[in-house]
Amino acid sequence: MSVGGRGGSPTYLGLAEAGEAIGRGELSARALAEAALARIAATDGKVGAFLRTTPERALAAADAADARARAKARRSALDGVPVALKDIFLTRGVETTCASRILEGFVPPYDATVVERLEAAGAVVVGKLNMDEFAMGSSTENSAFKPCRNPWDLGRTPGGSSGGSAAALAARQVHGTLGTDTGGSIRLPAAFCGVVGVKPTYGRVSRYGVIAFASSLDQPGPLGRSVKDAALLLQAVAGHDPRDQTSSSRPVDDYLSGLEGGARGLRIGVPREWLAGGLAPGVERSVRDALASYERLGARLVDVSLPHSRYGIAAYYLIAPAEASSNLARYDGIRFGLRAEARGLRELYEETRERGFGAEVKRRIMLGTYALSSGYYDAYYLRAQKVRTLVRRDFDEAFRACDLVAGPVSPTVAFRLGEKAQDPLSMYLADVFTITANLAALPGLSLPCGRGEAGLPVGLQLVGRPFDEATLLRAARALEREVPPLPAPEVG
Amino acid sequence: MAVSDFQVVLGLEVHAQLLTRTKIFCGCTTAFGGEPNTHTCPVCLGLPGVLPALNGRVVEMAVLTGLALGCRVKERSVFARKNYFYPDLPKGYQISQYELPICEGGAVPIALDGVERSIPLTRIHMEEDAGKNVHDVAADGSSGVDLNRAGVPLLEIVSEPELRSVDEAVAYLKSLRAILMTLGVNDGNLQEGSFRCDANVSVMPRGSTKLGTRCEIKNMNSFRFLRAAIEYEVRRQVELVEEGGTVVQETRLFDPDRGETRPMRSKEDAHDYRYFPEPDLPPVRVAPALVERLRASLPELPHARAARYRRDLALSAYDADLLVAEKETADFFEAALDALGRTPDAAKRLANWVNGELARLANESGLSPSAWKVTPARLAATLRLLEAGTLGGPGAKQVVEEVFRTGAEPGEVVRARGLAQVSDEGAIEAAVDAVLAASPGEVERYRAGNAKLLGFFVGQVMKATKGKGNPAVINALLKKKLGGA
Amino acid sequence: MSLTLDEVRRIARLARLRLSPEEERLFAGQLSAILDHVAELSALDVSAVEPMTHALAAGDPPPLRADEPQPCLAPEEALANAPARAGTAFRVPRIIE
Repeated sequence: MSVGGRGGSPTYLGLAEAGEAIGRGELSARALAEAALARIAATDGKVGAFLRTTPERALAAADAADARARAKARRSALDGVPVALKDIFLTRGVETTCASRILEGFVPPYDATVVERLEAAGAVVVGKLNMDEFAMGSSTENSAFKPCRNPWDLGRTPGGSSGGSAAALAARQVHGTLGTDTGGSIRLPAAFCGVVGVKPTYGRVSRYGVIAFASSLDQPGPLGRSVKDAALLLQAVAGHDPRDQTSSSRPVDDYLSGLEGGARGLRIGVPREWLAGGLAPGVERSVRDALASYERLGARLVDVSLPHSRYGIAAYYLIAPAEASSNLARYDGIRFGLRAEARGLRELYEETRERGFGAEVKRRIMLGTYALSSGYYDAYYLRAQKVRTLVRRDFDEAFRACDLVAGPVSPTVAFRLGEKAQDPLSMYLADVFTITANLAALPGLSLPCGRGEAGLPVGLQLVGRPFDEATLLRAARALEREVPPLPAPEVG
Repeated sequence: MAVSDFQVVLGLEVHAQLLTRTKIFCGCTTAFGGEPNTHTCPVCLGLPGVLPALNGRVVEMAVLTGLALGCRVKERSVFARKNYFYPDLPKGYQISQYELPICEGGAVPIALDGVERSIPLTRIHMEEDAGKNVHDVAADGSSGVDLNRAGVPLLEIVSEPELRSVDEAVAYLKSLRAILMTLGVNDGNLQEGSFRCDANVSVMPRGSTKLGTRCEIKNMNSFRFLRAAIEYEVRRQVELVEEGGTVVQETRLFDPDRGETRPMRSKEDAHDYRYFPEPDLPPVRVAPALVERLRASLPELPHARAARYRRDLALSAYDADLLVAEKETADFFEAALDALGRTPDAAKRLANWVNGELARLANESGLSPSAWKVTPARLAATLRLLEAGTLGGPGAKQVVEEVFRTGAEPGEVVRARGLAQVSDEGAIEAAVDAVLAASPGEVERYRAGNAKLLGFFVGQVMKATKGKGNPAVINALLKKKLGGA
Repeated sequence: MSLTLDEVRRIARLARLRLSPEEERLFAGQLSAILDHVAELSALDVSAVEPMTHALAAGDPPPLRADEPQPCLAPEEALANAPARAGTAFRVPRIIE
């Protein structure tokens, strides 16, 4: 692969390739950072993936990476490569808003653990990415600042809530990004934008410094233009963090060494509930083609059932808002963020939160408060947590007959901006396939498997056993070798 | 009906700050004081993105306390969020324990008028403390929020509503406080708020079994205020019921200036805390090995120690209870007793000094036994001088006071101030003769049957010997010379 | 199921949200629709099922934090984002206890 990638700009290189080029002395980190910033400047007016860039910090970090490369002391394969972060990750000294007005101007005094780890590996952070406010949404239309547009078709959404994380990759603005996934928020935008996105097992990656939406469901994860790129990012950030007592102390696997192992002998479960209808024809065709490819590669398709998956949306839309309603109580205008003028304490709280939160956030706070409130806790929150156990048991049962489960990420390709914004319930129902992996605390990923309606990307979802990201990545890589790579979308 | 026609039912909730070095969910120091917000970090400030990291020492102290109080220590317990809005609660929720606390059951032993009782507990759980709201920080009357104390670890110890009088309540608190201090988990300071008590008070007609509506009383930061608050509240509830009114369940604050309880500004929806299990913390697991290690490390508890003093040293319940109220005091007592010789007689005399003179000096100075310049050895030495007749009572008092102040050796003080008692019969006889000669009228009245005048003569002889006369010798000589009364 | 405006107001008060009358009506309708959907959970028999309140894999939980003091933030850092302050305290409207 020639250096400079397609069109001559190094921004078209993959993450691994860019790192290798730095290692061989063919490219400088500085050149890569400047190219990324230039590409952002040229395209982001249309795409809206970035909420802010950090040119000075990025160039300083790039220079330091170059010094290390010259001294043959590179820290990792990522050293010197430009990446960007969903604006849900706290970055010390850099405004972090979670795409909400209530955090406008908030400058954190500390870095999220994943940010520390990425920067320790030498990655160069060039900016913070657009998202749905407080990660609540499936289209990035709920950003308080501006929508993000799908580089494949600027009239469509990139998905959400990590819309900026996926769009920035599709638009060749950076080589790798981090997002978070609570109900599908990495996998859905990855599918809509034609990139790879990984939601690790709950507890695999530290949540310290990640603005909390639903604590028992949130997981930070990598997005990349290839499986290898996503694996490199995951390797850099995964592992126990003493500041997050829900993080697992189970040792981190080597995600790279077995990546090319192929799919021969893999038993791939196909949940009958997931291909039972309701899919756009283009999506269904791409998914079925992918499954057929797996068979050709020597994998065996196994019919499995996830009978409780249809209850996933209902359980999720009780548990997540309930936890969120509590997590968002700290936004009160007292210690940070937006503060409304008020004569009394109650007015301070109410005015600040009324002005600072968007409609979807308010809606979910209301829903969650109701689900936890006295008299309703048993019927709603507690019951939903029990249904969660049933969803998990479905997977445990399925994994007796297969090694991973495959199916669609979304019933449709990327939808038009505004199409679902008026009907929250219909927006929620778009999460039907991704949500079960969050409820069951299992790892999941999305990789491009073809093109559907209007030539838009279709994603294939793989869900695996707890902490078995390595198998998922290997299986994904096997299919990636078979599927023709997507072209880079022309932005604009 | 009068107050005496009603039975008061009391339950007590104690919040005890644990003597850990760091807060329950972050590594900030628990050291007292400091300018506002100088002992904080992103976690206890409740900044976006932070997570609680449970301090293992808090769990150990909770288990130790549960073992000392005879509780069932739970192998698995769960933290829960208690959601409400208040400026001193930065996250908008308090991390506490709700359905599954770390300890259940147990009891606190009390002794009242010589009768021992065991007051059952409902539960013990761990939680974080809130910060402090500071009033009038600006000309416009604004309040301020100081989060230095936010996240300090608390044990909440809840009694069953089994206390039947204010005396029992005070005895319960003193006993619990002594136990917690002996364990080293709490410093027992009511004034500074590290040992806080709320009371649930209700009344019912005597003989009834149907509990009345209870009110929660807060802000009682001394035993005296507690007594006053509960007594006021009981009278208030009784009067209300007698007038045909109903007691409204509410939280009331004690106003020490007025001596009354008043309803708190209601946090209207304060009752809907929307508890749910804390997703950021795994369930707490207490391994049997930890329980056994902590059980083996339990010190002798106050009531057991007092029982030993009664049994082995023949001390009265009153003396024993006073000694064991603070562990350091009892330790001091036993060290001094070792030096004197472990006899009931020595124990009694020593107890009188420790509970009397030394307690007075300690209260005045605010010093605890570890800071006293009167060491056990020095006190024992003083008592030996007293027993030998070298010192009289008043002289011994002076010695102890001076040693307390300066740390000098008792023998030195006696010498330097010439406090040695005069026991020489010859010298005293001279003084006795002089006194009797100077008071012939009193001598006659004494011989006529006024026995009380002996005290007068003793006093006069004491004056003549500048307080150094040995009272026993004086008495014997006087009786001899005066003859029978 | 239908949420009444009164219930909407009660929840808004609990959540410290001041909704406009239009928002109250809109949310009453939207929340009711969502609650209708989640009502399907009531069809399931969960009597013998434990809630999955902690999404953690089985096995030894990681160790707890040691009781060792860590550096605190300087007060200026702690207050760096404070919208209103009084000295090193966070300033709020007068609190009446």
